[in-house]
Amino acid sequence: MLTPGRYFLSGNVATAEAALLAGCRFYAGYPITPSSELMEHMSGRIENEGGVFIQTEDEISAIAAVIGAAMTGTKSMTATSGPGFSLMQENLGYAAMTETPIVIVDVMRGGPSTGQVTVVAQGDVLQARFGSHGDYETIVLAPNSVQELFDLTIKAFNLSIMFRNPVILLSDAELAHMTEKITVPEKIDLVGFNDIEIEGIPKFTPLGIGGKLAITGLTHNEKGYPITTDVQVHRKLVTRIVNKITKNEPIISDVEIINPEADTLIVSYGISSRAAYPVIKKHKDVGLFRPRTLWPFPESKFKEIAKNKKIIVVEMNLRGYGLEVERVGRKYGAKDFEYINLIGGEVPKPYQIEEVL
Amino acid sequence: MEFFEFYRKDRWPHQFCPGCGLGTIMNTMYKAFNDLKMDINKTVFVSGIGCTGRVPGYINADSVHTTHGRALAFATGIKLARPDLNVIVISGDGDLFAIGGNHIIHAARRNIDIKVIAVNNATYGLTGGQLAPTTPYNMITTTSPYGNREYPFALADLVAAAGANYVARWTTAHPNQLVNSLKQAFTTRGFSFVEVVSQCPVNFGRRNKMGDPVFHLRWIKEHAIPISKVSFDVKTPYEILDLNTKGIYIIGELVRRNRPVYGEALSEEEEESVPME
Repeated sequence: MLTPGRYFLSGNVATAEAALLAGCRFYAGYPITPSSELMEHMSGRIENEGGVFIQTEDEISAIAAVIGAAMTGTKSMTATSGPGFSLMQENLGYAAMTETPIVIVDVMRGGPSTGQVTVVAQGDVLQARFGSHGDYETIVLAPNSVQELFDLTIKAFNLSIMFRNPVILLSDAELAHMTEKITVPEKIDLVGFNDIEIEGIPKFTPLGIGGKLAITGLTHNEKGYPITTDVQVHRKLVTRIVNKITKNEPIISDVEIINPEADTLIVSYGISSRAAYPVIKKHKDVGLFRPRTLWPFPESKFKEIAKNKKIIVVEMNLRGYGLEVERVGRKYGAKDFEYINLIGGEVPKPYQIEEVL
Repeated sequence: MEFFEFYRKDRWPHQFCPGCGLGTIMNTMYKAFNDLKMDINKTVFVSGIGCTGRVPGYINADSVHTTHGRALAFATGIKLARPDLNVIVISGDGDLFAIGGNHIIHAARRNIDIKVIAVNNATYGLTGGQLAPTTPYNMITTTSPYGNREYPFALADLVAAAGANYVARWTTAHPNQLVNSLKQAFTTRGFSFVEVVSQCPVNFGRRNKMGDPVFHLRWIKEHAIPISKVSFDVKTPYEILDLNTKGIYIIGELVRRNRPVYGEALSEEEEESVPME
């Protein structure tokens, strides 16, 4: 495993190495551009750490195998891109319903459908939150550098175990293939199963220790027995698995804020947000609100600075995170909204933001 | 182990219809498991969706009731993460071979050490008796009201061709043979597959003049031919297909072999015996 120090790594490789340092010992995946290097790197590395790698027959089985392995108490992950992520949605809901901690890396490319295979996009922002049917919550992280890909991969494993919930790391074609300097810290804080007690989250018992677990995706009671027609049982279960994330938003959410007093606030995330830094440097009356955790929406942080602001949302999709930014912004008194929505594989440039200032 | 140590008494009675073949299958499963004195705390039962998918939920062991068709994919993850556990998949024909068809041929191809009991009742029982990939030609279902115009899969033959180490087909009319076959499957290293042709008098039989479970069971028995009595050369898959089309089930052990098992380290001898092409 990587020892503490400085490295020059591509985003995909840094994600794989971070996962290994976080204790990931099971990887299942299916080749898809632009995530394949992550899988290739993992296939050569994970067995050295005593883990297991399998290339499955499709993305549906990749996430299913990951959930199965996670049920045994093994930290498990998969990586994919848009089309594969779409295939994973049903089992993503299953992981939420059965409260199985898994990590999915979605290396975003241009969609819909097969779309733009090799270029960057941020079109999966809403899918990562709303893609499966029914009421459930995901935790979604959005790094904007290779260093953050590294850091947030470790955070993804910690959050998934703390909240017994799927966590999605939204990488993208640009970050995945970009090579940057990163620092591996001396000490990496890892959360183990049942280390932290949080209200509304049952203790995790792995398969294979005589726990006689009954696991089902059907609405179930505390024993895991299916009870599908009782209003109260369903209401209690689904409200709990939603609330355990939404109610804990203040402790989950992680944002970067620059110049919170400025009249204009750029809201951006992931690779798009890198266009904001030169703008802020040049214009002292412009600030930045950059969520590292996209979902749950960092409302507790946003409400403190949104009042009377002009908000500029910068992202690489036509209808995405801006919808939620506007909803929450209006609630807390933001007065004006501008949108920069760039699709096609073009990363936003500082002058494009300056044009709407 | 008593019957109600193997099954969860607090979940009784089960939800299956009167006359359902799953009663026989649950009994034979218990018998095979008990005869072998397998460790219930080291066994995980995995299923997909459907009537048969509900069986693991009644077993007093770790049970995982997964999404439709994906039992084998989940089981693969469980087995690879914990190779010391027995992983047994029990699911229906629609779950394993229609929506989950891709997973079963790949699991068999890998020859991963998972045991599969495929309950073939020739229909989708839980959703009301629709056409399945196993419904014999010309038979009536709720989605083939004028008779089935598709040819059914020969499940066991498909899995044998894909590379499993143990493959057998029995019916609910052959409980003793089924117990022995399950025991063989549970103790064989590698992918082991037992197809159990079963009756569904309520949602399949009723529409095909076999609403009485006894009639249905008799029909199954009459249409089952022991492999030893099949007069033709069984190496020609077309002829099996022809029989299968007529709703004839060849029963017995189709395959017993010792191919290297996925995920297990090979001995030097085995390493040499693996064909390179």
